[in-house]
Amino acid sequence: MSLVSIKDVRKSFGSVEVLKGVSIEVGRGDVVAIIGKSGSGKSTLLRCINGLETYDAGCISVDGIDVGKTRGNLRDLRRNVGMVFQQFNLFPHLTAAENVMLAPKVVNRESAHITKALAKETLAKVGLSDKADSYPSQLSGGQQQRVAIARALAMRPNVLLCDEITSALDPELVSEVLRVVERLASDGMTLILVTHEMRFARDVGTKLVFMHQGKVHEEGPPKPLFASPGTPELAQFIGMQH
Amino acid sequence: MNDFSFWVILSNLLLATRWTVLLSLVAFVCGGAVGLALLFARVSKIRWLDTATRAYIEFFQGTPLLMQLFLFFFGVALLGIEVSPWLAASLALTFWTSAFLAEIWRGCVESLPKGQWEAAETLALSYIEQMRYVILPQALRIAIPPTVGFSVQVIKGTALASIIGFVDLTKAGTMLNNATFRPFLVYSLVALIYFALCYPLSWYAHRLERQFNVAR
Ligand SMILES: Nc1ncnc2c1ncn2[C@@H]1O[C@H](COP(=O)(O)OP(=O)(O)OP(=O)(O)O)[C@@H](O)[C@H]1O
Ligand SMILES: [Mg+2]
Repeated sequence: MSLVSIKDVRKSFGSVEVLKGVSIEVGRGDVVAIIGKSGSGKSTLLRCINGLETYDAGCISVDGIDVGKTRGNLRDLRRNVGMVFQQFNLFPHLTAAENVMLAPKVVNRESAHITKALAKETLAKVGLSDKADSYPSQLSGGQQQRVAIARALAMRPNVLLCDEITSALDPELVSEVLRVVERLASDGMTLILVTHEMRFARDVGTKLVFMHQGKVHEEGPPKPLFASPGTPELAQFIGMQH
Repeated sequence: MNDFSFWVILSNLLLATRWTVLLSLVAFVCGGAVGLALLFARVSKIRWLDTATRAYIEFFQGTPLLMQLFLFFFGVALLGIEVSPWLAASLALTFWTSAFLAEIWRGCVESLPKGQWEAAETLALSYIEQMRYVILPQALRIAIPPTVGFSVQVIKGTALASIIGFVDLTKAGTMLNNATFRPFLVYSLVALIYFALCYPLSWYAHRLERQFNVAR
């Protein structure tokens, strides 16, 4: 059974329909790379999955939780779904470790003992054990983004959503973040990534989704799709990226 | 008349200053508490709550403080409830202060990037938890200088309470003037005392603001 099931989802902002019936199935351990032109609805789709946006029609469920249902469900949903943003969005008044420990402490009511261990474990996972006591402003962009990943992991989500998490980084910092994501993928984490890193999508993704004008225009295993796109739009999009 | 030496006038004014200070403190502390509740209501995404809060704030910001004092003093008396000048002044100043503080603080909250809310929301924090752990600690830093600055307005605002008979610094000045016929001396002293109360606060507010701008 799918972990994340998106069925015929529609979403309009005012009179503009941004998602025009999107369906994607994501299995456990899948690494889904979503690509597509600016404005094709990638971020909106991702934000619908964890309830940051509402959708107008269709159905999204994550691990059996229907996202479209009542507000009370959102808390359970969001414990299951982690998200990492393009702009990091770390809490600047908290240290790296405090950023990581906040949600386990407040939402899951874990003891100080457990949250400390969680911070240690997740910061080690992203290679930042030595930065636990640094504030975000003292970290490079790449380090900040890795703390943001650790913060999401500390809730032990079943699926992690990443929205262009390397787009705000200086080019030389991109690879340290991608390496972390790659390791998560090989550890079996279910990932849904919106990305402009074509090579990463091809090499790490288990599934490629090409969005075009609010629809899934093409999807399938990344390597064959990159080698021989089925539609001129995808061919053109891939061509533009080089 | 000349029994009233300078020192007698001054000491009487200083005694009355206690009430000005006390009224200011009550208005500021209670107004701050109500203002915080208004802030939560105003920033929440619950439509009717936001509308109701906005109406409250518009009323207290959009009418003269003196009218509000009259409303509390005479209006409540119409209902057959005896209201002392002290209670009426405390209530009116509390509500008036809360409206302004809520708006000052809302500005601070809204100056934070939207991504802070979204990150907190994504981590499954509830609205109250988002405010408590993520938004308010950051907003507080920005809010301190304008809040301290506004406390000066509260102190000056208490002078109006003298009109409904509350014996504060201003009222004591009026009474002493009636007894001594030395208006220039009396009101100079009154003004000096207000200045001595307010100036350290506005000086401190400016300093905090400069510090904050440097820190950024
Ligand atoms: N809150 C909003 N209100 C109104 N319109 C919005 C809102 N969010 C997104 N849109 C519009 O929806 C469309 C899709 O936006 P979305 O951010 O999902 O695209 P995207 O594929 O993520 O693009 P990009 O690659 O630039 O991030 C755009 O035309 C955008 O202007
Ligand atoms: Mg986007």
